[in-house]
Amino acid sequence: MIEVENLTKSYGAVTAVDHVSFSVNKGEILGFLGPNGAGKTTTMRILTGYMPATSGTARIAGFDVFEDSREVRRRIGYLPEAPPLYPDMSVGEYLDFVLRIKNAPAGTRRTRVAEALAKTSLVDKRTELIKRLSRGYRQRVGLAGALVHDPDVIILDEPTVGLDPKQIIEVRNLIKGLAGSHTIILSTHILPEVSMTCDRVVIINKGKIAAVDTPQNLTTQLKGGLKIHVDVQAPEKLLAAALAQVTGVSRVDIGPVRPDGHLTVTVEAAQGQDVRSQIAAKIVEKGWALYELRGISLSLEDIFLQLTTDDATHAQPSN
Amino acid sequence: MQSLYAIYRKELGHYFVSPVAYIVVAVFLLLAGFFFYLYVGSAMRQSLEMAMQGMPSEMDIPGEVMRAFFGLLSTLILFMAPMLTMGVYAEERKRGTMELLMTSPITETQIVVGKYLASLTLFAVMLLPTAVYVAYMCLHSEPRPPWSLMLAGYLGALLLGGSLLAIGSFISSLTESQLIAFALSFGASLGLWVIDFSVRGTDSTLGQVLQYLSVIRHYDDFTRGIIDTSSLIYYVTLPALFVFLTVRSIDSMRWRRA
Repeated sequence: MIEVENLTKSYGAVTAVDHVSFSVNKGEILGFLGPNGAGKTTTMRILTGYMPATSGTARIAGFDVFEDSREVRRRIGYLPEAPPLYPDMSVGEYLDFVLRIKNAPAGTRRTRVAEALAKTSLVDKRTELIKRLSRGYRQRVGLAGALVHDPDVIILDEPTVGLDPKQIIEVRNLIKGLAGSHTIILSTHILPEVSMTCDRVVIINKGKIAAVDTPQNLTTQLKGGLKIHVDVQAPEKLLAAALAQVTGVSRVDIGPVRPDGHLTVTVEAAQGQDVRSQIAAKIVEKGWALYELRGISLSLEDIFLQLTTDDATHAQPSN
Repeated sequence: MQSLYAIYRKELGHYFVSPVAYIVVAVFLLLAGFFFYLYVGSAMRQSLEMAMQGMPSEMDIPGEVMRAFFGLLSTLILFMAPMLTMGVYAEERKRGTMELLMTSPITETQIVVGKYLASLTLFAVMLLPTAVYVAYMCLHSEPRPPWSLMLAGYLGALLLGGSLLAIGSFISSLTESQLIAFALSFGASLGLWVIDFSVRGTDSTLGQVLQYLSVIRHYDDFTRGIIDTSSLIYYVTLPALFVFLTVRSIDSMRWRRA
């Protein structure tokens, strides 16, 4: 349903989106994960026809977003980070307006508005002025506006930001309920949201794609030999050197000496390599005291941070 | 066309819930009505004085009053038009609703024309009540002035307003600040008003060009009952030009960084 190929957007010397490629299948929910300024909003704006790309192509439902922009826009619902609402309109009036500018056929407007209100639990707010609504309700109105014309594709930029936990759950359930009949791209900072609602995840950083996969794959793929926590008593420099020699080890991080004289070491291995036994063997070989050795599974959060931090500090495992 | 109508409807609705629009219309009608009253009074007094001094009074009261009144109208329009347009695009940009419009299957031209027609409609509604008392005066005058005089004057007012609204619309699309939009629109309108000041009376080519460009000169002709094709062309081309520029200005938003 959505194909993006080598999409690039530069503003002068700054490249906001750098040769991004991915695709989304019909009915799928794709998560867009990345730190601020990674290029998520820019990519979405290109997909929704708001701005043109510098190079590369994007196609939605077979239509090119630049060449056939009008066709694409007919089939898209978009909720930007700040919902585009008119405060002086009532909820019903707003949805009716959205339907009109999306070229919905005249006779269907009333039913569509009613359906959208039902889906977003806004039925009793139909005549309420938008300026009187709380943040959570406004977000829902924005969401209603993104789906009222029954688009093939719905693009949501941070749909749960600013909502309270109950509302967040409602919105997530709503989004999950939309999958199948709609194709959805949603961008977020909230990592659990991605694993809970999305079929696949695109991790984007500094305009480039860092990873594309299902949330499960991303965690298991890197799980095998990843981080190993070692509690050992040994001279620091020699320990570091010895561990670095073990094949498959990509990084050794030795923490400060603990009160009991032990060193806490975190060892990172290359993808897919389980080096626990080798490390244990090496430590024993050198005659040092090994107190604890365990593998630490990475949560999506760790993976996210790992993939998006490009300096030497690495993430603390979350268990 | 459904989209254009939707924009038009929304814009008109917004005018009717916006305090600015109500204040502008109220002040306009108050001043217009007040001055009309003054002009009629003064014209009557003048005519009486002339009669008392023995001079036969052939004074054309309705004509005099209309001339003064239409002159006042143009001044009021100069101030009011920028006020009606200053918020048109500023609000959309601040609320982020431009993004909604620009990601919908609606062209920039439909957006701009829809908004422009809404402001024009409000302007016409604002003018209408004044026509009531001017018509009343004409009806009860002896001899009755030709209706074409009043109609020409109002046509001129509409066209003048249409031009200034188009200019204000364009400037409003350039900035997010309503205050700046008002100031620049007013300045630009005033500029086009007095553009021929320096060359008044001269007959050079430059003088003729500048006189043609003066937005008020054509209006003055209309109020005198002279409807010239070249004036009509001016009053259609000017708004068309600024509507075009506004469309371009909106489109340029797509290329901006934020």
